[in-house]
Amino acid sequence: MAQRIETFYEVMRRQGITRRSFLKYCSLAAGALGLSPAFAPKIAEAMENKPRIPVLWLHGLECTCCSESFIRSAHPLAKDVILSMISLDFDNVIMASAGEQALAIIEETIEKYDGNFLLAVEGNAPLGEEGMYCISGGKPFVDELTRVSQHARAIISWGSCASWGCVQAARPNPTRATPTHKLPGIADKPIIKVPGCPPIAEVMTSVITYMVTFDRLPELDNQGRPKMFYSQRIHDKCYRRGHFDAGQFVESFDDEGARKGYCLYKVGCKGPTTYNACSTIKWNGGLSFPIEAGHPCIGCSEDGFWDKGGFYDRLTGIKGFGIDANADQIGATAAGIVAGAAAIHAGVSVVKRIASKGDDA
Amino acid sequence: MTEIRVHKEEAVYVYEAPVRIWHWVQVFAIFALGVTGYLIGSPPPSLGGEASDWFLFGWIRYIHFVSAWIVIVGFVFRLYWAFVGNPHAREIFLPPVWRASFWGGVWHEILWYAMVAKEPRKYTGHNPLAVITMHVMYVWGIVFMIVTGLALYGEGTGMGSWQYEWFSSWVIPLFGQSQDVHTWHHLGMWVIVCFVIVHIYVAVREDIMSRQSIISSMISGWRLFKDDRPVDRD
Repeated sequence: MAQRIETFYEVMRRQGITRRSFLKYCSLAAGALGLSPAFAPKIAEAMENKPRIPVLWLHGLECTCCSESFIRSAHPLAKDVILSMISLDFDNVIMASAGEQALAIIEETIEKYDGNFLLAVEGNAPLGEEGMYCISGGKPFVDELTRVSQHARAIISWGSCASWGCVQAARPNPTRATPTHKLPGIADKPIIKVPGCPPIAEVMTSVITYMVTFDRLPELDNQGRPKMFYSQRIHDKCYRRGHFDAGQFVESFDDEGARKGYCLYKVGCKGPTTYNACSTIKWNGGLSFPIEAGHPCIGCSEDGFWDKGGFYDRLTGIKGFGIDANADQIGATAAGIVAGAAAIHAGVSVVKRIASKGDDA
Repeated sequence: MTEIRVHKEEAVYVYEAPVRIWHWVQVFAIFALGVTGYLIGSPPPSLGGEASDWFLFGWIRYIHFVSAWIVIVGFVFRLYWAFVGNPHAREIFLPPVWRASFWGGVWHEILWYAMVAKEPRKYTGHNPLAVITMHVMYVWGIVFMIVTGLALYGEGTGMGSWQYEWFSSWVIPLFGQSQDVHTWHHLGMWVIVCFVIVHIYVAVREDIMSRQSIISSMISGWRLFKDDRPVDRD
């Protein structure tokens, strides 16, 4: 028998949060999710009545930057999400207990809430050497992940590691690090990708807020990312976009253009090819984001961003030509060969023609 | 000097006016696309002053998009004309690859270009090698550029637009990510450039050395023959 879980509202009140503050928080959550103010009472109603969703947060091959980002969420505060909205039952890196005591919680959650808890995955599982490159609790992480996934309601792939593979899956990927959705044996459950290295804190907490409030998954795009945060490119909302359209670019990091805050396109900014919310939500409580700090976007929320050549190159590096080359180097070489061949062919044609005319005479 | 033999100047109307207009419109549009596309990948030197002073990169992209629409509308029209036009209008869209004689013709053209065959065959329309080259490099090349181009364009028009839903939504995951689509689109341009080089070279060479007119035919529509022996194939 599942014991009754407290609602968000009960937990908040128990923590001494007034009803007035609670309602303010609901309005803020509605705003963060891009909903109209009319949704604030719905959020409040959901929080007053719905039990908190248990979440198991597993860590594979990762650097914990997702967790670091998550605990810095300002709107809503991560502590609100962890303490009031979800029941974060297991998370290796921030839980107090350790060892067998901690691992027992996974079993307990599976038993109590089979099919009703959320599985959050940070990092990915390597398949090489039967998963031996990542051992968690004495067993290959891939086994633990696929087993727990069978009992979850939905899976959240935190960060680029779980979503795409990220640095450990970069060429030549010696450990065969594999993103969640490509793992053989992963349960056929909805997978929500929240890519980024790390993802924006507010994006992470808002995805969870949405799921607990509306009791459904956020709308996803073709690649499994929540549309509310990943439907536009950094470029589409970039405050330097005016300089892009004008044709004003930073040519090198110490030039006049860099000082004037021109567009970073020519120094390799991946904003035009990166779907994320950095240019609107920004980072560290809305303080800034890479382009605002004068650095090009490296496209960290895109698939395989490590394998596209230099972060400071405009054109993508293409493998398979001995050394890295870009489309222009390959294309110009091909065009040069074709033009050269045509010229030689023309020369030979003329010579043959003259020679054959000589025969006629 | 070689003696010029007296012969009848037989002429056949091959390229109908819509095909000719389409061809030359393509020439200018593809030229504009190539130049602006290259500049989008490698922008001109930065301009100074305030952002409100200029719209240079905006114009470069604008010309690229307008030319692209001309190519797209032109291609759709040309496809339509392949159905309603004369048989020559279908040649580059439907090469008879199932016919052994077609491949025999391709081989003979290769020998002609390798300067092994002494004399080219006489064709009213395109020779088989030209047909297969235009079909693979031009027709499929331009289809590839239109599909990837609309996928990239859809990124700007955004989710919910038909460009995004019909193209970006499946083309981008197919290639991996947006950056990969840009790279393939860029490589596609170089394929077209290689095609253009070959196309112009052989058009000039054939005009001089083959048994029929080439360049003037795409202007007047009429194919003129330099001898009155029978044609090998229409």
